Amino acid sequence: MNTITITLAKQAQLYLEADLITPDQFAGKSTAEIGAIEISEGKIRYPLASFAKIEGAAGPTPEETRIVLNGDWSRVKRIGQQMSAGEIIINSNVDMYTGGWMKGGKITVNGNADSFTGIAMAGGELTIKGNCQNHVGSAYRGDWRGMTGGVLRVMGNVGNDIGTFMRGGTIIVEGDAFIHVHTHGEGGTIIVKGNVEGRVGGQSVKGDVFVNGKIDYMMPGFKYVDDVTKEVDGVSAVYAHYIGDLGERHPDVKGQKIFTNLYLKK
Amino acid sequence: MKEVIKHVACPYCGACCDDLEITVEDDKIIEVKNACIIGTEIYHHASREGRVGSPRRRQPDGTYKDITYDEAIDFTAKMLIKAKKPLIYGFGSTNCEGMAAAGRVAEDAGAVLDNCASICHGSSFLAIFDTGYPSCTLGEVKNRADVVIYWGSNPAHAHPRHMSRYGIFPRGYFTGKGARGRKVIVVDPRYTDTARCADHFLQVAQGHDYDLFDAFRMVMHGYAADLPDVVAGIPKEKILEVCDVIKAGRYVHIFFGMGLCHSDGRNHNVDIAINLVRDINEFTKCTIMAMRGHYNIAGPGIVWAWQFGFPYCIDLTKGSHAHMNPGETSSVDLANRGEIDAFINIGTDAGAHFPIRSFEKIGGAGIPMVTIDPSVNMAATVSDVHIPVAIVGVETGGICYRMDNVPIQYRAVIKPFNGILTDEELFDKIYERMQELKMAGIESDGSWEYAAPLADVRPVKEAYE
Ligand code: SF4
Repeated sequence: MNTITITLAKQAQLYLEADLITPDQFAGKSTAEIGAIEISEGKIRYPLASFAKIEGAAGPTPEETRIVLNGDWSRVKRIGQQMSAGEIIINSNVDMYTGGWMKGGKITVNGNADSFTGIAMAGGELTIKGNCQNHVGSAYRGDWRGMTGGVLRVMGNVGNDIGTFMRGGTIIVEGDAFIHVHTHGEGGTIIVKGNVEGRVGGQSVKGDVFVNGKIDYMMPGFKYVDDVTKEVDGVSAVYAHYIGDLGERHPDVKGQKIFTNLYLKK
Repeated sequence: MKEVIKHVACPYCGACCDDLEITVEDDKIIEVKNACIIGTEIYHHASREGRVGSPRRRQPDGTYKDITYDEAIDFTAKMLIKAKKPLIYGFGSTNCEGMAAAGRVAEDAGAVLDNCASICHGSSFLAIFDTGYPSCTLGEVKNRADVVIYWGSNPAHAHPRHMSRYGIFPRGYFTGKGARGRKVIVVDPRYTDTARCADHFLQVAQGHDYDLFDAFRMVMHGYAADLPDVVAGIPKEKILEVCDVIKAGRYVHIFFGMGLCHSDGRNHNVDIAINLVRDINEFTKCTIMAMRGHYNIAGPGIVWAWQFGFPYCIDLTKGSHAHMNPGETSSVDLANRGEIDAFINIGTDAGAHFPIRSFEKIGGAGIPMVTIDPSVNMAATVSDVHIPVAIVGVETGGICYRMDNVPIQYRAVIKPFNGILTDEELFDKIYERMQELKMAGIESDGSWEYAAPLADVRPVKEAYE
């Protein structure tokens, strides 16, 4: 695997949009060609080299390309958008849409990420070592197909709308979440190791949600069924098992209604 | 000579009452009939002392000096070309013609185009994108609805004639008994003046409307037995009683306000309401409508969806496509995050309506700012340039969309004060000037030689003292 290191040397007055910083775009390109890749600040477009120092070399394919981002990337959006393979390591905070629509590969953020992180993610591994804001692994506005695959792990806390319209994949939040977890969910798994204020599984059709901490306000549409032992992220524990949302439509499979399972650690 | 102009539509709230009678004499408004008190005021405002009759430029000492329209248009055009990401926000109080002209300017300038829905019913748009909008016209409510629900809205104060013209009191084709034939349900955390007209008032716990909708939906899906004893502060028995009223209705209609779209969860409070409407339609006919605030705040949603495919928060900076994602491209977030470098406040007052901390980031940050509005509002007092325009519905006509998305033809009853321009004329002139400047070689390079921020921006408070 080849490593290419980009150090952000200059800050933009507003925010930069860098949806072309992906192994897919970098693969097979020379350092000069990578430096010419466009980033934009509002309606003005710049070559990447005008803001950053580029060292190392990209691999011949995305799979063989690792991108390391140094410097302060907290005002840069859309890093790793739609990437399909390879690796990005961000040694900084980042702004919105990190790993949005990603299909494969691996992104590690050694810092915080803003909203819309991993939005409509379809595959790969996205790890945020710090906190995230809102709409983590959720759907784009008006799209009923949210996250469909991959593993999105946030080691810190998150805001609202976690996995909205989720259909597959796994979201693991090691800290707390605010409200709206798995809202409109149609599949997938969400694990929250901390507490959630409320609205877990609202309008959710099917899928699995695990909460290890407390839920301050439980949705009325969730009904206790039984206690079960489950292995969650490598740790086995007893959970109270609820089904719901009873206020939402649910498909029939072989004469049996399918619900969303909510597991609350005992 | 006195003249009475009939069938005039009111340019104030989203109810768009179109039965006003205005008496004018020598281009002055003498009397306003049929309007409520706030509607009456807007007409008298036009004839009052202290109107601004010319564009004004802010001076270094904070005072304003009259400038010509040409100078004001030149400043605005240069600012729009030079800025990297200008924001054009407002449009609550103008006509669709002005909105379309502003759309052309925004596209040419590579600006972000947003309207007051951004801080109002914008979240309802998000719900509508997700779940659809089973709505109707206000005429259908008046003529058919026998169960009317006001949820998180207080028309008694915000839309004063709404209850008498459409919601509760009017006698319609199938509703000949008027209020006596209607069941009225009000859901609100406060006992409002609207709640005083209700047959059933549900005092929902603040911020828990979502839970209460879920409970209603459980009943509609046949899970009444699984309801907790109390949901969002409402006892189970009361929820079941109200559900029976709803199911027994021949035509149920839900009006929802900012109590839903501006408490925690926002769009989800509305999309669950829309899903409840879908559920109720398994039993009887049911429709839903947003209580839009201003008389033409439904307009930009219609006009821009036609121009750009999106109703609000439209980022046109890329030139190749429009991008919309509230949370990122919404005005308050752009301001909060320091993501814009020029601002046009048109037909609204961002100074009064934005959270003060986010407005400070525009008004106090040396970002060049232009206010286009008939009156001196708070935003105008910190703008570099204030351009007065004719008052829509009083001094100029045009198309405005009522809260049910029905277009209403507005009329001018007097001539524009001091010959000031309309919003449409102004934006068309800004567009023309932008073309001239571009021909002369002025480019978007993000430099500020043409629109240098004024050094001395005094806080609003000080400017008033
Ligand atoms: S209810 Fe609204 S539209 Fe009707 S007169 Fe009053 S302010 Fe004007």
